[in-house]
Amino acid sequence: MTAHSTTKQFKSNATRAIADTQLTGNLKAVRQNFIDKRAKAAHELPEFEALRENAKEIKNHTLAHLDLYLEKYEAKVTETGGHVHFARDAEEARKIALEICRKVGAKTVTKGKSMITEEVGLNAYLEANGVTPVETDLGEYIIQLRGEAPSHIIAPAVHLNKAQIESDFRRVHTHLDPARDLTEKTALLTEARAVLREQFLIADVGITGANFLIAETGTSIIVTNEGNGDLTQILPKVHIVMASIEKMVPTLEDVSQILRLLARSATGQEMSVYTTLSTGPKRSGDVDGPEEYHVIILDNGRSAMLGGEFQDMLRCIRCAACMNHCPVYHQIGGHAYGWIYPGPMGSVLTPSLIGVDEAGHLPNASTFCGRCESVCPMKIPLPKMMRHWREREFERNLNPAVARYGLGFWAFFARRPKLYSLATRLAMKMMKLASRGKGSFRSLPGVGAWTKHRDLAVPEGETFQAKWKNARRG
Amino acid sequence: MFRKAQGCCRVAASKRLAKCLLRPLQPAQERGSIPPRISPGGGLCPVNNLVSSPTSAPSAGRQGKRVALFATCLVDTMRPTIGFAAAKLLEDAGCIVEVPSQTCCGQPAYNSGDRKTAKALALQMIAEFERFDYVVVPSGSCGGMIIKHYPELFAGDPNLAGRAERLAAKTFELISFLTGVLGITGVSATFDGTVTYHDSCSGLRELGIQSQPRQLLASVQGLRLVEMKDNDVCCGFGGTFAVKYSEISDKIVTEKSNNVEASEAGTLLAGDLGCLLNMAGKLSRQGSKVEVRHIAEVLAGITDTPAIGKAAPAQEVTP
Ligand code: SF4
Repeated sequence: MTAHSTTKQFKSNATRAIADTQLTGNLKAVRQNFIDKRAKAAHELPEFEALRENAKEIKNHTLAHLDLYLEKYEAKVTETGGHVHFARDAEEARKIALEICRKVGAKTVTKGKSMITEEVGLNAYLEANGVTPVETDLGEYIIQLRGEAPSHIIAPAVHLNKAQIESDFRRVHTHLDPARDLTEKTALLTEARAVLREQFLIADVGITGANFLIAETGTSIIVTNEGNGDLTQILPKVHIVMASIEKMVPTLEDVSQILRLLARSATGQEMSVYTTLSTGPKRSGDVDGPEEYHVIILDNGRSAMLGGEFQDMLRCIRCAACMNHCPVYHQIGGHAYGWIYPGPMGSVLTPSLIGVDEAGHLPNASTFCGRCESVCPMKIPLPKMMRHWREREFERNLNPAVARYGLGFWAFFARRPKLYSLATRLAMKMMKLASRGKGSFRSLPGVGAWTKHRDLAVPEGETFQAKWKNARRG
Repeated sequence: MFRKAQGCCRVAASKRLAKCLLRPLQPAQERGSIPPRISPGGGLCPVNNLVSSPTSAPSAGRQGKRVALFATCLVDTMRPTIGFAAAKLLEDAGCIVEVPSQTCCGQPAYNSGDRKTAKALALQMIAEFERFDYVVVPSGSCGGMIIKHYPELFAGDPNLAGRAERLAAKTFELISFLTGVLGITGVSATFDGTVTYHDSCSGLRELGIQSQPRQLLASVQGLRLVEMKDNDVCCGFGGTFAVKYSEISDKIVTEKSNNVEASEAGTLLAGDLGCLLNMAGKLSRQGSKVEVRHIAEVLAGITDTPAIGKAAPAQEVTP
């Protein structure tokens, strides 16, 4: 079983989120921090659009030959002295990680930011088995203190404000002097660093994710801004990389093209502060690095997406641009989506990984405004794939009966133009009569979901087609 | 026999009801009339009130084009004024406008995952509209459905893919048709007031409609366009989304209506009636004075009908 899901309760999750004024206030940061910066960065790079096209082609090619590249990658990692482990599902991935930890008698594990370890629920599993995981990315550290899941794939604590973080620090860091000023972001950072530094030094194993795996060289790449990932993977004796199969890219040349898109799309930076390449364990003569280097490659449902209508989703490089630009995400934040991946990318990926029976709401909770697709560096047709999920749900009668009957009733008329014309003329006349001269209805039976929040304009009374016929007859 | 007679009675009764309900609501002298075409000069305007750029499509080339107007189901039922405004703009540009029998483009079914119904409705559209030179739609959303999604719907179907693509190729959203195909650079309408324009999502992102409406609005005498914050962000309508996830939709449209208010424009315009109904509904609920109209109404100079969701002014009682 992968991480726990509450996507079935999406509606009540969303209702709760909307009612939480602190949360909705905090979420304004998503718009303030990312949108203009991304636009500027994209605008300033003349080849941005060409790079998007290339990046898409690179990933399409890789996915079409994924088996070959995985083999090549495995051979290269082995050649450089590392170990590759393939995990079919979350449970296998967790077990492999625990086994590696146990072999070296690990008590403390530092972790770089990794959505895949969130997906497989690694922290809870390690803890239950006597290994203490310590998140070292500031955002991840904060949500670990709170026992929460990330609400955003690159800014896991974006749903919190400074005051909330300060109170969490004071609750957990009992050594803190109450008089110490922690109102500034830098003060919080300094405090977290001081605590984490000790952990870096005592950790037996460091676990990171990977933004890319390079088949040509057997290299894994992490892209970070805090440098915590580097300490996580260099200081302990053992470095475990946990990454999903679609992180594969054929060559260094290919990855350098995609890297030019990643930070620009994510944070509007040209490059993130750290882009760290790891190839195998420490070699003789290297001044630092782990003695053991393991890569756990997770499938967890992804290979079933290959060759199907959701394959394009595997091009995703987790830049978060789609959620940063999503009007629905802006209102409800990431937790309401109920599983690891929020926003538009999650609305496509989550049903693929945990089933559309479970995650059926997600692809429906979109206005199809298309803003996500327009900013996705990998040109993933997100609305189109959400529609594909809706089709699957429709085929299997998974959508609510009211919606199905409503649609069927409407379609019955729409497919019979003469009857439709008569029915709509009658209906519009009746609505007009019922309005008693008012311009809008404040409530109207049958459309309560609409009129609960907004008025409904009264129709003009006659249909356009009828009026046109009359007018043109003279 | 008895049963039959009863059946007849029922038919007769329902016919009477239909007749009564279908009787025009306007005063008799206006019965059957279309909104008057007022030119800036004041008279009824049979002449071309559009300005075309000398560098764009020669006017001769656009004369006599047979254009099928697909009003969209929302305009057909809720606001015929928009259909007449679109027809006026097209006719002023020399097009021969026809309104073939129509229901819906199928988008609600398509976006609900019901491909079968979507295809049936698309086929109905294709059969009815393919004989024209052009199909023009006063909606980026329904236009996008025909232009972008019909070909997708029938891709790989040897009998229908070609027909879907041919229809897509000659279908245009109204404003981009005026500017892009007919080469219109301005209109001669007058509008006294400040407006703000909402970029509806499908028109903006599927069809690239952004500068065209602003270009035409700039030519309207007396009109001042002020841009609101986040004019290119979704209004939260999303078809059935607005009722399926009405709370989220409400939050989105509330931000939109706040941005509209903050712009201090007296009138909100957009090119899609779905979005307009959503935004007008919210503004009305908030007690806003902002008037909401389809951009075609302003460009065609047909602004004597009450704005969306507004009541007609109380009629004077004549003794
Ligand atoms: S779907 Fe596109 S925009 Fe969203 S995270 Fe993935 S790559 Fe980025």
